[in-house]
Amino acid sequence: MTPVVEVVDVTREYVLGGGRGVDAAVVRALRGVTFRVDPGEFVAIVGPSGSGKSTLLHLLGALDRPTSGQLRFSGRDVAELDDTDLAALRNREIGFVFQQFQLLARTSALANVGLPLVYRSSGRAERRERAAAALAAVGLSHRLGHRPSQLSGGEQQRVAIARALVTQPRLLLADEPTGNLDSQTGADIMRLLRGLNVDAGVALVVITHDPEVAALAPRQIRIRDGLLEPSTVGAERA
Amino acid sequence: MNLAEAGRVAITAIGANRLRSALTVLGVVIGVMSVVLLVAVGTGARNEVTAGVEDLGSNLLLVVPGSFDFGQAPTLSKFSLDDVERVRRELGGAVSVSGNLASGETVRAGSVSAFASVLGVTAEFDSVVNREVGRGEFLSESDVATGRRVAVLGSSAAEALFPATDPIGKTVTIAGLRFRVVGVLDELGAALGVDRDSQVLMPITAAQRLFGTRRVDTIFVKAGSAADLDAVSQRLQGVLAERLDPEEFSVLSQQEILGVAGQILDTLTLVLAAIAGISLLVGGIGVSNIMLVSVQERTREIGLRKALGARTRDITSQFLVEAIVLCGVGGLIGIGVGVGLAAVATTFTPLPAAVTGWSVGLAFGVSVGVGVLFGTFPARRAGRLDPVVALRYE
Ligand SMILES: Nc1ncnc2c1ncn2[C@@H]1O[C@H](COP(=O)(O)OP(=O)(O)O)[C@@H](O)[C@H]1O
Ligand SMILES: [Mg+2]
Repeated sequence: MTPVVEVVDVTREYVLGGGRGVDAAVVRALRGVTFRVDPGEFVAIVGPSGSGKSTLLHLLGALDRPTSGQLRFSGRDVAELDDTDLAALRNREIGFVFQQFQLLARTSALANVGLPLVYRSSGRAERRERAAAALAAVGLSHRLGHRPSQLSGGEQQRVAIARALVTQPRLLLADEPTGNLDSQTGADIMRLLRGLNVDAGVALVVITHDPEVAALAPRQIRIRDGLLEPSTVGAERA
Repeated sequence: MNLAEAGRVAITAIGANRLRSALTVLGVVIGVMSVVLLVAVGTGARNEVTAGVEDLGSNLLLVVPGSFDFGQAPTLSKFSLDDVERVRRELGGAVSVSGNLASGETVRAGSVSAFASVLGVTAEFDSVVNREVGRGEFLSESDVATGRRVAVLGSSAAEALFPATDPIGKTVTIAGLRFRVVGVLDELGAALGVDRDSQVLMPITAAQRLFGTRRVDTIFVKAGSAADLDAVSQRLQGVLAERLDPEEFSVLSQQEILGVAGQILDTLTLVLAAIAGISLLVGGIGVSNIMLVSVQERTREIGLRKALGARTRDITSQFLVEAIVLCGVGGLIGIGVGVGLAAVATTFTPLPAAVTGWSVGLAFGVSVGVGVLFGTFPARRAGRLDPVVALRYE
């Protein structure tokens, strides 16, 4: 089976202190990571703060390019794709859910959810229709015209999930999706994500440092100091 | 993202910061308003000059002292009545000729007095410049020949000096000398804010004595038809050159006067428009500045849009459209205010401002152009943002 996304011996370094200067410091956020996500899979990535989880997720989401190593989407190496190709890839195949929800203020739930469709030239009518359907799928049919400030945290995250789903992606990436929610609401959100993973067959990668959240995933990857822990990597293909 | 969508996003963004947007486009509003208004005033002045020169009648040649040129200082006339006579003699019956001498004087009639432009003219003046005598009669050849102290009043001069009585046969006093009123001219109206109806005409010989001079300021020659104009002009110059140096006089057609006046007014209009253009440019810098702030404030939104599939050019065009909409709206407001002020100027000042289509079109085009020019840099900066960095932006 071709993986939805795959990283092979990937590193990602950030250069601090303005580039070529002698005092430039290099942060090695990922130091050689090999990892794949198969279609329909649910993977949890756990690790302490600063261990490189978000950096890895940004790579898996085609928001960033590795410093070295390979990053492949459905077998295609990103080295062969330009930024416009990556934008199209994010639009068609990937959905993001963020800890901070990242909804546009002063914009209705319906318009927020329809936003990704703007970048694939869907008409307004089609956008509304699909956005309404996605909001129905997360149980928010009664909140179409509400703005983010008029919604609870859990509802806002549901809107964000609907937005991630509206394009029918193959891969859903969630960076600490329950980090800003109380545990009860967080559990609801995780149930929703798990249900989408099972019902819609969308591959799901969730970053968390909550062991309870991680425990929901059939497969867990531990990351520390930019490296995957051997035990979890070894276990993955058993 | 298509244009309509970008326009909607732009309007939402502008509406979200109404006060700031309004203050930002103020520069553009003022710039566009100035362009429209100043061009309207310039055009209005031009129309006035044209109307004024055309009002003098057709097929007219004017002999003025010195060389009549753009930027030339006026010269004192060297013409005399002999020159007028020679022109009349040499050019024959095909033309009418008038020699003129003007000065501002206080004119008295009994206890009433009025300041008037006193014009010494020869007897053909009325037919040369198309003036109609309403009551009484115009100055005669013998009036001019003998320097008789008679006067013909413009209609408003007649009204001012003789509000209740018929002025014909009455006396006016100018600089202590008495003149008998023989005629009153028909109403003519104002041109360039000059009330020509307040003129007082008298024989040029009487005027010369009154002002203590032998001078003639200008000579007007009316040709029989437009076709004759060039030939008459040639002969006129020949006759004058017999006695005068070529630098001492110029023969001008109305067309030439309009050309020179138009040149002066065009330059003036251009200078005014350039000043207005500078304020438009300053307005553009304000727009650029506020667009940079807007990009900064919406860094996370940009990161999000990119994460959802926006390409660099989607983001760039979104912000560019926003800058263009901002400037375009400012331009429309500026045009509205400019047209309004032009109407006010026409109503309350002697100079009717004429709003021209091209200046409105140009002003709008320039304001949109300012949007493009000054929106491009912030928009490109927005488009180039790294999505990961943008999403992390606090
Ligand atoms: N844009 C960046 N520039 C510099 N350093 C960064 C940047 N992004 C992340 N880092 C560093 O890389 C490391 C991993 O960060 P991150 O992937 O966000 O960790 P996590 O999500 O696991 O908390 C941290 O040390 C962080 O400070
Ligand atoms: Mg993180």
